[in-house]
Amino acid sequence: MLRTTAAVVAGKTARAVSRLRGGGSALPGLVAEKVDPGFLSHALAGVPRGIVVVSGTNGKTTTTKMLVAILRAHSLNVFTNPTGSNFTRGVISSMLGELPANGRLNADMAVLELDEAHALKFAAAVRPTHSLLLNVARDQLDRFAEIDHTAQLLASLAEQTTTGVVLNIDDSFITRIRDRVDDGVAVRYFGVDESIADRLPELQEQDVRFDDDFTPPKPGGDDGLLKPHDERSFEVLFGDLESGQHVGPLELQQRGLAAMINATAATTTARMLLGDDFDAERAEAALRAVTPPFGRGEVVMVEGQPLELVLVKNPAGFTVALGTYGSTPVSTMIAINDNYADGRDVSWLYDVSFDSLRERGVAMTSGVRAYDMALRLQYDDVPVDAIEPDLETALDAFLAAHQDQPMRIFCTYTAMMSLRRVLAARYNLPDIGEEAS
Amino acid sequence: MSDLPLQDIDVPIPGEPEGSARVPTAERAGKGAINLVHLYPREMSIYGDLGNTRCLAARIRRHGYSPVVHQHHPGGEFPAEPHLLVGGGGQDSGQVRVEADLEKIADRLRELAEGGTPMLMICGMYQLFGNAFITVEGQRLPGLGILDVTTQGNAKRMIGPVVLDTDFGEVVGYENHSGSTTLGAGQRAFGSVRSGYGNNGTDRTEGARIHNVVGSYLHGPILPANPALADALIGLAAEKATGRPFEPVSQDDAVADQARLRQVRRLVK
Repeated sequence: MLRTTAAVVAGKTARAVSRLRGGGSALPGLVAEKVDPGFLSHALAGVPRGIVVVSGTNGKTTTTKMLVAILRAHSLNVFTNPTGSNFTRGVISSMLGELPANGRLNADMAVLELDEAHALKFAAAVRPTHSLLLNVARDQLDRFAEIDHTAQLLASLAEQTTTGVVLNIDDSFITRIRDRVDDGVAVRYFGVDESIADRLPELQEQDVRFDDDFTPPKPGGDDGLLKPHDERSFEVLFGDLESGQHVGPLELQQRGLAAMINATAATTTARMLLGDDFDAERAEAALRAVTPPFGRGEVVMVEGQPLELVLVKNPAGFTVALGTYGSTPVSTMIAINDNYADGRDVSWLYDVSFDSLRERGVAMTSGVRAYDMALRLQYDDVPVDAIEPDLETALDAFLAAHQDQPMRIFCTYTAMMSLRRVLAARYNLPDIGEEAS
Repeated sequence: MSDLPLQDIDVPIPGEPEGSARVPTAERAGKGAINLVHLYPREMSIYGDLGNTRCLAARIRRHGYSPVVHQHHPGGEFPAEPHLLVGGGGQDSGQVRVEADLEKIADRLRELAEGGTPMLMICGMYQLFGNAFITVEGQRLPGLGILDVTTQGNAKRMIGPVVLDTDFGEVVGYENHSGSTTLGAGQRAFGSVRSGYGNNGTDRTEGARIHNVVGSYLHGPILPANPALADALIGLAAEKATGRPFEPVSQDDAVADQARLRQVRRLVK
């Protein structure tokens, strides 16, 4: 117990210091973890209504935010890690702000976004009651090495889960995990309605394994299917069109098919967690009100013009982002760093097609790999006006040259953090991790 | 999922214009048509390796030739007259899928290699072009034996940015492999390591070369930032295709040179 108190105090101190320095959401967690390795299981031991882990390659942050919003709309006190710092230490870091000195979290439920490798580390310390597994795509292959391996990590997470698992029915890497969950653990699915099944290839990875005797499951009455009405409006359908439950129609603040699929995943999971308490109207209201997480289509007003920050981190995500945002005419900047959190290998840029930028060109490439990005664009015949590796210099030049039009910056994780820090200081943005909600 | 058999589905190569698999008429072929074959693009091009094919096709056009981009899939018919072959890295499941087909075309590939056809084999395909891959459990999986190299499976992965000195100048890229490769006696390396692991992390060699075959672990993809290597392969292919010496057009590679030089400066102390 003394050790835990020491861990809380030490972690809180590190958290205060690192916040003063403006960033570093994992550092205080590292401090607490060092002082008390049992910290996590202790802190979460008293959370009565479930410990939910959200994992997968793309959409973790958005889906977690939506799921938490739906649960809170049902009057639950939910702990979450809203910073997009999806490593175990990041979870501890965000926990430290809310912990009393006895080290036990006071919440009805915990919903945690964790990347694939850290989800397993977490599960080794605390077995989740529920897990939501979104998708498997090529992401930062230098960290996870291979897609097969990533799928294995998620399958192990499902094996560790004690009560319920929600799987993506359209991603065969994920669907196959159904065979790995324990007897007695409920399995639900989310996915897209047949009417838009033809858009799936642009969203996910090819499964090139041998075809074995795998037959995909048929969605049942507790499985949520996305049925879009138009570009913005959609509903989530459980069961029959006539007799089943509809959530929606509704519009999200965040644009694009990927966000709708995330909302479908969040709704399906919330419905499983809440059971009979689930109320479609509350869920709709919560989803309508959710703002995009920082850097996921967040809009900053700069001298009267909107500047969008769009996080890109792998081919599937970048392709979806270009499809979602590519059609509106804006000035574009692309910032690519290659730190650990960005993925150190930039090869993946060659698995993205930049055709949609060809007509208007790209005003600026920046980041440590600014020249590699410009070179990539050359091979797609996309004109590039300027190349400036220094992010702040590039941002200044980009803003100065495009004062009279909407702007968009596609950026990798650490590039986004740096750019947002500069923008936050100038335009009074909410602090990262303390979004206005 | 489509019902088409796999071998009938080509993979989209980002940037490549539609119809680049078509054979041009004589008057539209420029200085000549060059048959560029990507081996197993579906199974074996995980780390942006399609970018090598895009780079070669684009530069073949810039040099005034006409590329015919052929994707060879498992079970598909191997093209009659390839002038330039490219292969990439894959997951274990991808490698398993290509093994049977590779065995089927093995003699043809050996014959082409000995005849001087230029080839660039990256990562997984580099290993398969060697004598054998020995798994962590000690199982010996035979390779094509075109390159005199042997790869030992490892628990530890060698991951990170790489800088090499090669006959094509400084070469930069990114490696990510668990196999540890040893060159046979007399087998020439592709480059010597100035930063990174290379073949095995101990002897400072990277990749292997024989005839006009280059094997390497370097992704990146390797060619865009190292245009001297790309043009060397294209030059050899152009000679194969036309029977005449390569007639290059001078290229503006300023951005590629900056991308490469900056990596060298960051990594070589």
